[in-house]
Amino acid sequence: MIVQFIDYLRNRLKGLSYFFFGGIAAVVIWSLTVDLHHAHTWAEKFIPAFWGGFGLVSAIVLIFFSRWLGKSGIKTREDYYDN
Amino acid sequence: MTTSFFHPALIMIIGACLLPFFRDPFRKPFLVLVPLLTFINVLYLSMHPGTYGVLPFLDWDLTFGRVDNYSMLFGFIMALMAIIGTIYGLHVNNVWHHVAAWFYVAGSLGVIYCGDFLVLFLFWEMMAFASTFLIWFNKEEGSLAAGYRYLLVHTFGGVLLLLGFVLRYQALGDLSFVHMGEESTQMYTWLILAGLMLNAAVPPLHSWLPDAYSKATAAGAVFMCAFTTKTAVYTLVRGFAGFEILIVLGVVMAIYGIVYAIMENDIRRLLGWEIVSQVGYMAAGVGIGTALAINGACAHAFAHILYKGLLFMGAGAIIHATGVSKFTGLGGLYKKMPNTMIFMIIGGISVSAFPFFSGFVTKSMIIAASFSEHYLVVAFLLTLVSAGTFLVAGLRLPYLLFFSENRCSETTFAKAEDPPWNMQAAMIIASFFCLLIGSYLPFLYDMLPHAEVAFHPYGTYHLSETLQILAFTALAFYFFHKKIGPEAVISLDLDWFYRKGGLLFLWLAKYPIQIADNAWGAAYRVVGLNSLMTTAKFWSWFDWHGIDGVVDGSARCVRAFGRRIATVLQRGQIQMTIYYTATFAAVILIAYVWL
Repeated sequence: MIVQFIDYLRNRLKGLSYFFFGGIAAVVIWSLTVDLHHAHTWAEKFIPAFWGGFGLVSAIVLIFFSRWLGKSGIKTREDYYDN
Repeated sequence: MTTSFFHPALIMIIGACLLPFFRDPFRKPFLVLVPLLTFINVLYLSMHPGTYGVLPFLDWDLTFGRVDNYSMLFGFIMALMAIIGTIYGLHVNNVWHHVAAWFYVAGSLGVIYCGDFLVLFLFWEMMAFASTFLIWFNKEEGSLAAGYRYLLVHTFGGVLLLLGFVLRYQALGDLSFVHMGEESTQMYTWLILAGLMLNAAVPPLHSWLPDAYSKATAAGAVFMCAFTTKTAVYTLVRGFAGFEILIVLGVVMAIYGIVYAIMENDIRRLLGWEIVSQVGYMAAGVGIGTALAINGACAHAFAHILYKGLLFMGAGAIIHATGVSKFTGLGGLYKKMPNTMIFMIIGGISVSAFPFFSGFVTKSMIIAASFSEHYLVVAFLLTLVSAGTFLVAGLRLPYLLFFSENRCSETTFAKAEDPPWNMQAAMIIASFFCLLIGSYLPFLYDMLPHAEVAFHPYGTYHLSETLQILAFTALAFYFFHKKIGPEAVISLDLDWFYRKGGLLFLWLAKYPIQIADNAWGAAYRVVGLNSLMTTAKFWSWFDWHGIDGVVDGSARCVRAFGRRIATVLQRGQIQMTIYYTATFAAVILIAYVWL
């Protein structure tokens, strides 16, 4: 049953991506209506969807920093420690 | 009213000693019964806080049973995880695997309930030694070496700890395991901290973790991911709350772990790196040290044991079925292992702090505590890592295993199937608790050590904040997931120093040191030995005939007595010699204690 459901979704990737973007838009719109009373810093109060932007930047920074670090010599062949 | 005290660790130890005598069909019920009894005992103790099991030994009073808010919480989760882990490993036929796992759990419980450093050290070493077997029992290539590395690193940690305890005892005359006090730190404080940090995998003492956990048996890794680091977190909470250095190290390890997890190609190494990252939150919470932060560190450790156990169980299920542990040899497994997929996704979204799952109600406590103490940089960096956690455990891991293109060989894909019932049952239990913690707050919050602190994770602002982070992290993954795809490489880490350093030492010992030693030996034989022997012979003759003969002949008496002893006691049988020696030592010890 689970397998059929996933196959069903995989055959409709375009629709799924519209659903995904719709979800993101809904989260952003909701964030604009939320009471900012509990915000910790001024940035959260004055930048709309602050945490969304923060999440996006964080993920991109981590992805590209890891890539850069890996390429700088940290990544090496699998049998490196074999004698 | 006196409460009868029976140490939970003792139940596990007795169970482990009896287990080899049980054969099927009685072994499996016994395997479930013993951790269950331990859990019931822990629950019973939680209703009767106090100090028990104080045994006088030489000049000290050793405390085995300190039952308070901290030990209740950690005892509860460790005993629960012992049940889950044992159920997960029910199919394992090697009885010694269960024995090792139970001694390991007993070590952890012993540390949790202990009240002084001597008992702590005893159980600490029991943990290290027992868990090594969980690596050695894996027949995979490289496990033996990984086990030795693990044991050596932990022996080093144990030595640091012991040095710290001894120096502290010398300075204060006190062995009790209490808070250290940041204002009066000494050499011993830092030694003890380093010893504990090694077990918590705080950089630079962290490399053993992904190394060992990726080489353990499938069931062994489930135990390992729960006990060593979280027991260390418990000891840090007790001894080092408010040590600001832990905030810095915690943030460093959170970032370090997640960056390496993004680069990783091995499932269990990835999960190991993520432990480093998540324990970073706990270390930061301990460093902040306020009531909310300590509650957060304890709650996060509690939740972490369950969701990380669940993820390791899922990873173990894949390795158990396919024998493959690299992303480069897996993929598209949703068709063959749908149940495992569901469990791993539940684990992944729990660690990623999805609302209604465990991470959401625990991780946020630590971040909230850093905001309220105005550690803004810490709070933002930990939030950055939480985006990274979702990226790794919520997206990359399930995507590469279940949804991406099929990179399995034909035999791997044919072998892939959902695991036996017992493994699935263990994953169902862990999933249930992940959901329970996140959805029914009093279950965990009522057990936290600082009951006076109120925390409400389900405010609209926090919900909106979390959903934004999750949604936009997913967006970044949508666009850039090819950048963090699988690669058949390993990532170098600080273990390079002792792995390559070990080879250097071996080379040095083999060549320059051996050559120098041989040369010195030859020179000594030629020059030194002959003249020394001649002189010695003369003085021996003089002593025997000159001095002993003149004084009282006592040397001759001793020689005669010695010969007699040798004919009676030393018959060349090693076991008889050991028997006599041990008996003699025991008589001396009893005489010393009682007289």
